[in-house]
Amino acid sequence: MKARVFVTLKNGVLDPQGKAIGHALNGLGFGAVGEVRQGKLIEIELSERDESKARASLKEMCEKLLANTVIEKYEIELKA
Amino acid sequence: MKSAVVVFPASNCDRDASVALEQITGVKPHMVWHADAEIPKDTDLIVLPGGFSYGDYLRCGAMARFSRVMQDVVAKSQEGRMVLGICNGFQVLTEAGMLPGALMRNANLKFACRPVGLIVEETQNAFTRKYNAGQRVVFPVAHGEGNYVADEETLDRLEGEGRIVFRYAPSDNPNGSMRNIAGILNQKRNVLGLMPHPERVCDPLLGGTDGRAMFESLIEAIS
Repeated sequence: MKARVFVTLKNGVLDPQGKAIGHALNGLGFGAVGEVRQGKLIEIELSERDESKARASLKEMCEKLLANTVIEKYEIELKA
Repeated sequence: MKSAVVVFPASNCDRDASVALEQITGVKPHMVWHADAEIPKDTDLIVLPGGFSYGDYLRCGAMARFSRVMQDVVAKSQEGRMVLGICNGFQVLTEAGMLPGALMRNANLKFACRPVGLIVEETQNAFTRKYNAGQRVVFPVAHGEGNYVADEETLDRLEGEGRIVFRYAPSDNPNGSMRNIAGILNQKRNVLGLMPHPERVCDPLLGGTDGRAMFESLIEAIS
């Protein structure tokens, strides 16, 4: 099973990197670009076959290590 | 006072801390490798030094907090031993949940490497008792991720409980930290984390001695 974990800053937490990317895109002429938020994508291969077990284990990974839940939130995407 | 400096892979201020501690306490600190099981039993003060532990992979301090020796650092802090986290050490302490909040990318996205003016806000603790409340000192900073962030409730609690020990002088905030926070204490007041480097201003040859009083405070508090 393969998982994709998206870690992003919580709403309301300032994202200076996202802001800089937004400015750069505006500077390149992409005038339609509004707010930009930047995050991380972590791809994980899992030997677990049971989807609910995999999900539970990934949630624990996020809480323990992959995200700092003081400032970040996460989303888990699973593919068989 | 016996001290120990934890050495993580890619710590780079461990020697600075060791030299300052030896000069001021007269005793060479234990240098403890991150993979060791424990901090020597006679240790009064544990220093988590500056640097880029584990290459700052994932987030600064995120990997170091799971180092083997960190379990004993947590245990010893719960027994009341003093823990001082400087720069990357502060990041490790927040990642480990030993201090609240988080340290994010500097607001201007620039690595800040210069002396900054700080105000010593609190002196009712073992780390700053030899400073005067409100005293202005200059410590160097050297970090890209020192922007202190916490929710309003946490910030109010830190203020109310007198746990904001150092603030950047208002015009000298190098990283955008909320409420100009440069260093905070835990609730038991035996764990201090700060981004600026007191250990780098303990010898006049290095341009200042404002950091000495922190180690002298600890010696007085522990004896």
